[in-house]
Amino acid sequence: MLSGRQVKQPATLRALVYSARFRGIVYQVAVVAGVLALGWYLVHNTLANLAARGIATGFGFMGQEAGFDIGEGLIAYSAADTYLRALVVGVLNTLKVAVLGIALASLLGLVVGIARLSRNWLVARLATFYVETVRNVPLLLQLFVWYGIVTALPGPRQALDLGLGVFISNRGLKVPVPEWHDSYWLAMLLLAAAFIGLFVLRRWAINRLYRTGRPFPWLSVGLAGLVVLPWLGFLVTGTPLVWSIPELKGFNFQGGADLSPEFAALLAGLTVYTASFIAEIVRSGILAVPHGQTEAALSLGLSRAKTLRLVVLPQALRVIVPPLTSQYLNLLKNSSLAVAIGYPDLVSVANTAINQTGQAVEGVALTMAVFLVISLALSLLMNWYNAKVALVSR
Amino acid sequence: MIKPEDDIHNAIAAADVEEPSMAVAPANSVWKPLSWAKSNLFDSVPNTILTLLALLLLWETVPPLLSWGLFNATWSVADGTAAACRDSTGACWALMGEKNRLMLFGVYPYDQHWRPLLATAIVIAMLATSALRRFWRPALGYAWLGTVVVVAWLMWGGFFGLTYVETAQWGGLPLTLGLALLGIVLAFPLSIVLALGRRSNLPAIKAICTGYIELVRGVPLVSVLFMASVMFPLFLPEGVTIDKLLRALAGMTLFTAAYLAEAVRGGLQAIPRGQEEAADALGLSYWRKMRLIVLPQALRLVIPPIVNQFISCFKDTSLVTIVGLYDLLAATKAALADPEWRPFFVEGYVAAALVYWCFCFFMSRYSQWLERELATGTRR
Repeated sequence: MLSGRQVKQPATLRALVYSARFRGIVYQVAVVAGVLALGWYLVHNTLANLAARGIATGFGFMGQEAGFDIGEGLIAYSAADTYLRALVVGVLNTLKVAVLGIALASLLGLVVGIARLSRNWLVARLATFYVETVRNVPLLLQLFVWYGIVTALPGPRQALDLGLGVFISNRGLKVPVPEWHDSYWLAMLLLAAAFIGLFVLRRWAINRLYRTGRPFPWLSVGLAGLVVLPWLGFLVTGTPLVWSIPELKGFNFQGGADLSPEFAALLAGLTVYTASFIAEIVRSGILAVPHGQTEAALSLGLSRAKTLRLVVLPQALRVIVPPLTSQYLNLLKNSSLAVAIGYPDLVSVANTAINQTGQAVEGVALTMAVFLVISLALSLLMNWYNAKVALVSR
Repeated sequence: MIKPEDDIHNAIAAADVEEPSMAVAPANSVWKPLSWAKSNLFDSVPNTILTLLALLLLWETVPPLLSWGLFNATWSVADGTAAACRDSTGACWALMGEKNRLMLFGVYPYDQHWRPLLATAIVIAMLATSALRRFWRPALGYAWLGTVVVVAWLMWGGFFGLTYVETAQWGGLPLTLGLALLGIVLAFPLSIVLALGRRSNLPAIKAICTGYIELVRGVPLVSVLFMASVMFPLFLPEGVTIDKLLRALAGMTLFTAAYLAEAVRGGLQAIPRGQEEAADALGLSYWRKMRLIVLPQALRLVIPPIVNQFISCFKDTSLVTIVGLYDLLAATKAALADPEWRPFFVEGYVAAALVYWCFCFFMSRYSQWLERELATGTRR
């Protein structure tokens, strides 16, 4: 209808105003300019305020001496160390509680989620009661209760003996740990070898199953290897494993490893709270698998446990993994509530640093950046796993 | 549930076919619980073991809890001290009698407590009214406007005979409810803008909105609240100060908006593309298209997720404790700071937890009911 010449005519002002492209560019320029202006205004005000209060700017404070103690940490730290090292201790503490919390909450959540679907009426009701009670009460309140309970326990002299050298008192949980010996390298090496062997064995077993149809109990054999191989290492080097067992000496325990009351309360709170959400995710994932799958598996002669492990759970995982990722991220973010009960995580260390230096902007920005990086890494990991379990569509 | 007619039909069917297995179910109702227990609790060996373990757990926990919480509990004290509680092995519910005002209303002037009480009652009544679809009409909006004015007058006072109470003295349940409600209401418009921006075709706007949403969702609320409490004063021009409560509210709003935006985006994605294309074909502008065609359909879909977001917002308000506001949890903590009552912290927290639980549980049940109710129009 129209010739190409007419379309390519030089744009008049009217055509320009009505062009969606041109309007889009104008809107975008306006919004970006607005955001930049707001940013400039805030930065300008902040700099003026900081100058008026005589507060330094920049990350120069990171190299200065921190001058405060941190209750616990995975690396050596003293008050004479720098702020940077203090913050690293905080980050490691956050990671420690998050990693342990994620592992324990997944385990508890899986058990409770399956229990909610149990054919056993009593077990299903108990699991429902747990889920409905825990997830409708704020986590912070639960943390206060856990912390109150842990600190209200009797002192080390009247510590509760849980057997096997585990003691619980208001100084936290004491557990026996293996004592390090220089000749343990062989056992460690063999342990690593057993881990690699486990994966190789799994691969081989699955391959053989597909090729010949004959299953191989790779899990039991692999786990046995994990126990036996390091043991062989101890035998060969002639230094048996020595446990450091907590013993009451004077007013406190000597030996063993300890979990501080703050850590124990935070870990318990995060685990119990997040597990209630994970249980619901597991339940909905299992319900999403058509019942015909279970019936088909049972009619093939698989046991109930095998049906769950080989047929239902692998299919349910596709539904479970995406919301599970956001629960893991929630747990990570919720670990910042540590600041309320005095566990020295990143937020709590950064707060102390802010209080001492007054450099709130840098402190808060740093905290947020670290959390963003950890969140991003966790999502990437979970997305990779999700891609692995996702249904391959043709 | 077996109706009598069913029994008759079964009996007739059994008589017709003369199949013995049909008549196995014992007619005597005395045996029903036993046969139910047999088929639900003891039908196999693993199931029986599970049942016994569960019974053991109940046996170990329920009687001690009952004797602590009910039979041996101290319900009231005459002299205002915890002496009676210290002698008893049970719970000390007398704590509630002594400290309920502090826990519910924080440091609000004692003789004025009827004001936050009335304000809370009005808000809860309005919430209950708004929950019913029957009242979803424009008049409800005006009623809420009136409620806001009345509640603000009750809480602040300062005219019509009420003394002025500054926000620093607000606390307890009214603060928790107010923060949660205002947080979600103020976040709502922002979240719509963010969600539309994230789905926009304009790359710069899309990048800004996506960046904001992902940035906020990647950091803990505690950091956002700290930022609000220590950095907002720095952002403002010199000499301008901003109320502590307002700062926390701003932090909650900015945080909630990011999560709400994702819920709204879910609703937007559920609207078929044909709707937008039809609106374009009719020549509607972008904003009219969104306002008249897309958003009314999308927002209807996201009402249940919004209620769920409100629940987590309600629980999250407890975090303002950390930046020094006296919400329900902080007020409870303050009540338990009294050395006289300190040993009975579990009772105090249980009471606060019960308040949170009631709100959250009923709201989550409501959201489930609403989901079914709203689906009736589209379900075939």
